[in-house]
Amino acid sequence: MSAPNSDYDPVEVTPLHPDEIARMRDEALAAVAAADSVAALKQVRIDHAGDRSPLALANREIGALPPQARKEAGQRVGQARGAVTQALAARTAEVESAELERALEAEKVDVTLPTDGRRPGARHPVTTISEHVADIFVAMGWEVAEGPEVEAEWLNFDALNLGPDHPARTMQDTFWVSPEQAATVLRTHTSPVQARTMLTRKPPIYVVCPGRVFRTDELDATHSPVFHQVEGLAIDEGLSMAHLKGTLDHFAQAIYGDGMTTRFRPSYFPFTEPSAEMDLLCYVCHNEPADVASCRTCKGEGWVEWGGCGVVNPRVLTACGVDPERYSGFAFGIGLDRTITGRYDIADLRDLFDGDVRFTEPFGVEL
Amino acid sequence: MRVPVSWLRDHVELPADLSAEALADRLTAFDLKLEEIVSSGVSGPLVVGRVLALVKEPQKNGKTINWCRVDVGERNDPSVPDAPGDDVPSRGIVCGAHNFVEGDLVVVSLPGTVLPEVGFEISARKTYGHVSDGMICSTAELGLSADAFPGSEDGIIVLPADAAAPGADAIALLGLDQVVLDLEVNPDRAYALSMRGVARDAGIALGVAFHDPADVDAVEVATDGPGAYPVVVDDPAACPVFAALTVEGIDPTATTPAWMARRIELAGMRSISLAVDVTNYVMLELGFPIHGYDRALLRGPLRVRRATEGEQLTTLDGTVRTLTAEDAVVCDDRGPVGLGGVMGGEEVEMSATTTDVVIEVAYWDPPMIARTARLQKVSSEAGKRNERGVDPTLPARVARRVADLLVEHGGGTLLPGLTLIGEPPVLGAVTLDAGLPARITGVDIDTPTAVAALEANGCTVEVAGDRLTVQPPPWRPDLTDPYDIVEEVLRVVGYDQVPSILPTAPAGRGLTRAQQLRRRAGRVLAGDGLVEVKTFPFAGPADLDRLGLPADDPRRDLVLLANPLSTEEPGLTTTLLTGLLRAAELNVGRGHTDAAIVELARVFRPAERPEAPIYGVDRRPTVDELAALDAALPEQPHHVALVMTGRRELADWSGPGRAATWADALEIVRHLATELHVTLEVEAASVAPWHPGRCAAMLLDGTVVGHAGELHPKVVEAYGLPPRAVAAEVDLDALIAASPPVGPRPEFSTFPVAKEDLALVVADDVPAARVAEAIATADPIIESVRLFDVYTGDQVAEGHRSLAFALRLRAPDRTLTEDDIRTAREAAVAAAGARCGAQLR
Ligand SMILES: [Zn+2]
Repeated sequence: MSAPNSDYDPVEVTPLHPDEIARMRDEALAAVAAADSVAALKQVRIDHAGDRSPLALANREIGALPPQARKEAGQRVGQARGAVTQALAARTAEVESAELERALEAEKVDVTLPTDGRRPGARHPVTTISEHVADIFVAMGWEVAEGPEVEAEWLNFDALNLGPDHPARTMQDTFWVSPEQAATVLRTHTSPVQARTMLTRKPPIYVVCPGRVFRTDELDATHSPVFHQVEGLAIDEGLSMAHLKGTLDHFAQAIYGDGMTTRFRPSYFPFTEPSAEMDLLCYVCHNEPADVASCRTCKGEGWVEWGGCGVVNPRVLTACGVDPERYSGFAFGIGLDRTITGRYDIADLRDLFDGDVRFTEPFGVEL
Repeated sequence: MRVPVSWLRDHVELPADLSAEALADRLTAFDLKLEEIVSSGVSGPLVVGRVLALVKEPQKNGKTINWCRVDVGERNDPSVPDAPGDDVPSRGIVCGAHNFVEGDLVVVSLPGTVLPEVGFEISARKTYGHVSDGMICSTAELGLSADAFPGSEDGIIVLPADAAAPGADAIALLGLDQVVLDLEVNPDRAYALSMRGVARDAGIALGVAFHDPADVDAVEVATDGPGAYPVVVDDPAACPVFAALTVEGIDPTATTPAWMARRIELAGMRSISLAVDVTNYVMLELGFPIHGYDRALLRGPLRVRRATEGEQLTTLDGTVRTLTAEDAVVCDDRGPVGLGGVMGGEEVEMSATTTDVVIEVAYWDPPMIARTARLQKVSSEAGKRNERGVDPTLPARVARRVADLLVEHGGGTLLPGLTLIGEPPVLGAVTLDAGLPARITGVDIDTPTAVAALEANGCTVEVAGDRLTVQPPPWRPDLTDPYDIVEEVLRVVGYDQVPSILPTAPAGRGLTRAQQLRRRAGRVLAGDGLVEVKTFPFAGPADLDRLGLPADDPRRDLVLLANPLSTEEPGLTTTLLTGLLRAAELNVGRGHTDAAIVELARVFRPAERPEAPIYGVDRRPTVDELAALDAALPEQPHHVALVMTGRRELADWSGPGRAATWADALEIVRHLATELHVTLEVEAASVAPWHPGRCAAMLLDGTVVGHAGELHPKVVEAYGLPPRAVAAEVDLDALIAASPPVGPRPEFSTFPVAKEDLALVVADDVPAARVAEAIATADPIIESVRLFDVYTGDQVAEGHRSLAFALRLRAPDRTLTEDDIRTAREAAVAAAGARCGAQLR
């Protein structure tokens, strides 16, 4: 080293020499690359990017340079420090991600373990089919009517053209409330709801009446003293049997799908005239020639019995205060229990009523 | 109604090649619905045989068999088997019956015969040391009734000596080729309870000629003469027409001709004796019930009157009946000898010694017959027809038909003289708009079509402008209203002609609020893990005993049924738990011990109520009259009830599971109420069937609407349930009625929350809910209070417990200050102290 010199050359400041800066940067980058944990990276950050790191110290030397040299040196040091910071950030992200992955791997569970400790509930299929039927009619603008299960004799019979000596009364197998002169019964059909509707509303009337009904049949595989029906009633100007057929065809399609249809056979009900039994095109074989002969559901008939229907007898209209000269109407009824047993191929009706949860569970909350 | 097709063919010209199925299809389309086609199913070589020889061979087993040689004509075996007797062509057959001798004609099923009653095809087989080349048949093996073959009851059929030649086909001879249509006859079609009626409909349905069996010359007998038995009709309203003829000198040993007996059996009745069979045969043929009296047993003239109240009569079925003034009786000098139109009396019944018969053919008032049949609880072939309404113009002709058959087959004499009292009622004509059939059916039916259809049914029709006046034939009393006429027309036109047109209903308002909420309740309960069941609402004292209801419990007061299916369950239940606990019992019994079941249904609460009025049907009842109907009915609210047994959460890898507890039962009811936006208060209660210390009453505005908790151990035991089963029952209608039309408006503050914990010591008998309530209402900034710990032990006094509450404090309009918080805390402690005696711990 020579004596102090006025021609001092600032370029000679060693830490700011380009090669030296490149070396410090490369050293730092190598350290970053070598770090394989968050802890190691923390040390690398202190050693190579901290306040006392070689590049930070070099940066401080810039002030000693003559003004014309500071810019270049500043850029050089800044670029080196930037490269180190960037590498640190990238490596940190990498290492953190790897560490998270390891941690998650360590927390792995057996997802096939049972998680069904709490059993789901379910609704009875007769409830859900009844709601489904109601929804189909509500979608057409109909409303849902209801009435009591213990019913006045007059509403269950007389108002429906079943006078006290009508032979059809004996077909009904009625539960009478004691004493018999109380003139109250367990309703034998949901038809008294129709009567109540006509008695309390003005036409036009379009209602469905789902509900529980009772007859004195002993419980066996195909009979039950308690069962469920849905009936429909429409009273309006100009209604005919054709509208009844149209309604039932639509109903059949809504429940069983496109292409379904119904057919009428003559029958007798005191509250309708003309009356008909309605058959539903077999929903399994669709009366297709290839399938019908071997079909168990319809026993080769191509049709299954579905319910009764007809044009409301004007005598019923009169008893219920509807002018038969101005209005006509139709009514129909189907058995909901039979719809369920038929559709799900349930051989024993008792399964619906003995309360075994294993019967209801598979039906879930909606059909 | 069982209709033998061959009998039908006597009266209607059915095409020879018409199958029974095709005929049944047409009749079904005509409102005579086929129930089933009945045929014997017998096929193969069933023939007549003559027993040429029989050798009795005792067997080791104590039986004696007959080794027979039977001549079966052209079906004899030419090889001449090892049979007893001469070498005549014949067959050798072993037979175990003993009611026949050499020379008798018998029925032989040769190998290849199929007898459904026997269950296998007959073949030659080795038995008792012989090859039996067929079988000699009994009535049972052929599916025949023994009645038609006297002496065949304990053996084989012995045919009359002139029945047929050996070898003749016995299938036709015995009518085993007969096909019977079993038709369902609706109550408005009384006429179809006869061959006459079915044949007429078959004629219309198939467009072929019908020959009316009643269309014989009316009786040529004068109304006076020794045969006109004296009859007085006191009550012509009950019995508008009464005809009688007398046949004398019938041979009591004369038997019913085989064809007639067979037809009666095919039609589903029994062959009894010639006289009885003839009356039944003619009833089946013409649809008109007939009663025959043994004239020797009658005392004095017959008199038709109403019974006096309490009068007694023993009917043919051996029942002693106590009559009412509603019933009509036929009397002789001693009193009633028959229940008019329903059943004859025992005392004057025709028997095996009857030689002189008085034939009664009377037309009775149908509603009266229906009433008698109902009140006397008697169902008879006669009553069934008379209550529906028979052809009132027929009596004289029916009597004549019976008399002729008795004379023909019983050898008697028809005495001159006919009793004929009264005039047949004339059915009213029905006038209707000619356009009505088209309007009501939706089928394009013009007037000529309608008229033709009606005339085919025996109506006469007058057309005047756009009005039709229809006179129904006398056998169609059901045609009273214009709509009846429409149905009759449509039946001929065809129900399959009705087009399909979907009507447009006016816009509806959807489900009612109550309907929506009941659905919501069902879904919420299912969401809480409950499985819905449907049980029967029948219950009795035994059920209520099992529930442990005390004697004065109002739920013991059941609506009782006059005719319950079981005397054990005479009433309608007041609580859904009767059915649900039985269902729980069933599930547990089937090994399903962790069951959570729920039912939504009505219960029935009786009360002193007036009788329900019966109104006329010629007008709408008034508003007050309708109210009187409803006032007669018991309350029938919808309830929800649930029962949970065993575990609510099953044991698995994560832990031991969790038993359903009283708290779960409460929580489910509370959750249901919350979903309906209803707040229930809870109070301790002691009510069966619950555990007296673990039962909550659920209240709505101070009124109890349900209970929930753990079941009483005795109830659990009575139903065989796992220990500590729980249950709840609540009045769903009450919850729904309390449910506000719109749920609460959301209210919340966005200012910071302050949290404070508060531990209070209270006496054991102070309900935690009361303490919580005291705290919650102590200061408006107390946003919520939640009990998070209950402590009893050394650190609190005997008989006391420590309740720890977490409070959240917040003001709607500002951030709370330390002062606010301290004030609220002090207010809470003070309120709990004042209202519940609580001390800060
Ligand atoms: Zn099918």
